[in-house]
Amino acid sequence: MRIALIGQPNCGKSTLFNQVAGYKAETGNFTGTTVTFTESSVRVGGETIEVVDLPGTYTLAGTNPAEREASRYLLSEDVDLIINVLDASHVAQGLELTIELLAMKAPVIVAMNMMDEAARIGIKIDGPALQEKLGVPVMPLVASRGRGVKPLFLAALRMGKKKNPDTSNYLKIKENDRMARHRLAGELEREFVKRGDRRVSKRDRLDDFLLHPFWGYIGLIVILYTFFQIVYGLGVLIETPLLAFLETITSQAATYLGEGKLFTEIVIGALQGVIAGLGIVLPYLVPFLLGLGLLEDIGYMSRVAFLMDALMHRIGLHGKAIVPFILGYGCNVPAVMSTRTLDDPKERFVAAALATLVPCAAILSVVFGLVAFYLGPLIALILYLLNIFIIALVGRVLTAMIPEDTPGLILEIPPYRIPTPRTVVQKAWFRIKEFLVEAWPLLIAGSAILALANYFHAADFFNTLFRPITWTLGLPSATGVPLIFGIFRKELSLVMLGQALGSMSFDTVFTSVQMITFTVFVMFYIPCLATLGALRRELGTKDMFSITGLTVVIAMITALLARGVAMIFF
Amino acid sequence: MLLSDVKKGDLVRVLRLGGGSGLEDKLTQHGIYPGDCIRVLREAPMGGPILVDVHGREIALGRGVAKKIFVEDKECE
Repeated sequence: MRIALIGQPNCGKSTLFNQVAGYKAETGNFTGTTVTFTESSVRVGGETIEVVDLPGTYTLAGTNPAEREASRYLLSEDVDLIINVLDASHVAQGLELTIELLAMKAPVIVAMNMMDEAARIGIKIDGPALQEKLGVPVMPLVASRGRGVKPLFLAALRMGKKKNPDTSNYLKIKENDRMARHRLAGELEREFVKRGDRRVSKRDRLDDFLLHPFWGYIGLIVILYTFFQIVYGLGVLIETPLLAFLETITSQAATYLGEGKLFTEIVIGALQGVIAGLGIVLPYLVPFLLGLGLLEDIGYMSRVAFLMDALMHRIGLHGKAIVPFILGYGCNVPAVMSTRTLDDPKERFVAAALATLVPCAAILSVVFGLVAFYLGPLIALILYLLNIFIIALVGRVLTAMIPEDTPGLILEIPPYRIPTPRTVVQKAWFRIKEFLVEAWPLLIAGSAILALANYFHAADFFNTLFRPITWTLGLPSATGVPLIFGIFRKELSLVMLGQALGSMSFDTVFTSVQMITFTVFVMFYIPCLATLGALRRELGTKDMFSITGLTVVIAMITALLARGVAMIFF
Repeated sequence: MLLSDVKKGDLVRVLRLGGGSGLEDKLTQHGIYPGDCIRVLREAPMGGPILVDVHGREIALGRGVAKKIFVEDKECE
């Protein structure tokens, strides 16, 4: 038996799903799209049923990909029962979707979620009377605390088992257009729901500060600064011992297999790819995604979108596109993945292209190890500001080049909520799983190829190949190899540079101008292999190549400019 | 009058949604229908979005979107 969960965004549908689903829950894609749904087997009353969590939809007649896919799924798949989750504090809006669902052939149960929140703001719902009117069971639910979950699924099991479900007494309307649904839902609410007075709540007081035209931005800076401090702090704490441990394993494997053999080199190369993946995932991606999930579930990310909308407009995007940028400073892979929440394909392309220009944690290590260490933190800061300026400029140019009317920001700002740890962990896990499946294999393959090239002493060949670029930038010929293989693993750029130049004391082999030129070029050029994988998945092969080409052009121009300016000062 | 011209705190009735059917779809999904009353709660600085109360839900609307919503400021409770 298969039960589909459907509801509007922010109704707590995923919280309900996470209450019943195990960690073995699987995300799937609707064929040919990046729209995902989640499915899990659940034990109810001694039986196993399949529960499918569909993406949040305001209406079945919706225009965005998630909504289209949700309604297509309900129409085509053999869904035995629909659980329609409603936010009890906004019954009328939720009922608009319910009325659409009542016209489908599968039986429906309405779950009134967040009854506690509704009660707190003085809302009273006459459940039995509403149930009578709609013709389907209406059950109370507080999914975040697990209250009402069991009775709901037991009722679902009972109803879903019926061979020929009788839906003749369901409330059906003659004209099924959105105006008629809106009117009917409004009437139902007036009849069965008693509203409390809108009063100054905790939310208003908090928003008075966090959405304040001045203090809101101070709050934003403090919150994001703290967020990055904690994430990077945890990252560094975990990274050092983790890498030391993994290095030991690698050298032992090398000894065991016999050093200097081709086979050993390839195995060690692949092993280093495995390590690189772990080195990104455990120290940075895990804390980053947990933190982001937390901020999302509290409801703060949509407030960030509200605050940043005006600024994002200057680069041709709107407030919702802020998430890829924040993520990008940790790792470009989840940043590119997060662009799928944007509605418009053009906006997805621009946001993904710009996100790949954001310097991730790996590039941070180059900026710190080279520029900040030898030339001082001020120059490093200037490079970061240059990066932001270039991103803004590229954003403007791209939006001007691909004109298409974006409607602008339309985004619900949900009440603040206390996140359930389970939901946060599960969300982070799904995102990490995507990295593991999509990007990790590429890292491993890339690393093996790198080892192969080393074995055959292909360095000269690659240096010659890259010479036109290194010559133009005034860099030593030997920087060709670290630049090419930096694509495989950017966090190794500095180590490889040291190997190529024959010294880790970069001030003896690099001039100040060369340090700046090299760092600026590395900041912008070709995204790492893992990010390329993510770009291909989200946007397709063609867009992946366009973005790659774009980054090379941007990197060349900015590095040349930086070189010119640096030559004046040094 | 356009929604973008409404003062913070004022309650207005939606008359008409402009800007084509795509925008109309998105607005109605968020509960903004002609005939409904909405209140402007907050404004972001520098031409940023406004925050409106729609039947108890708070929706952020970009200035460009607010310019496409025609409203009148009478007959709302």
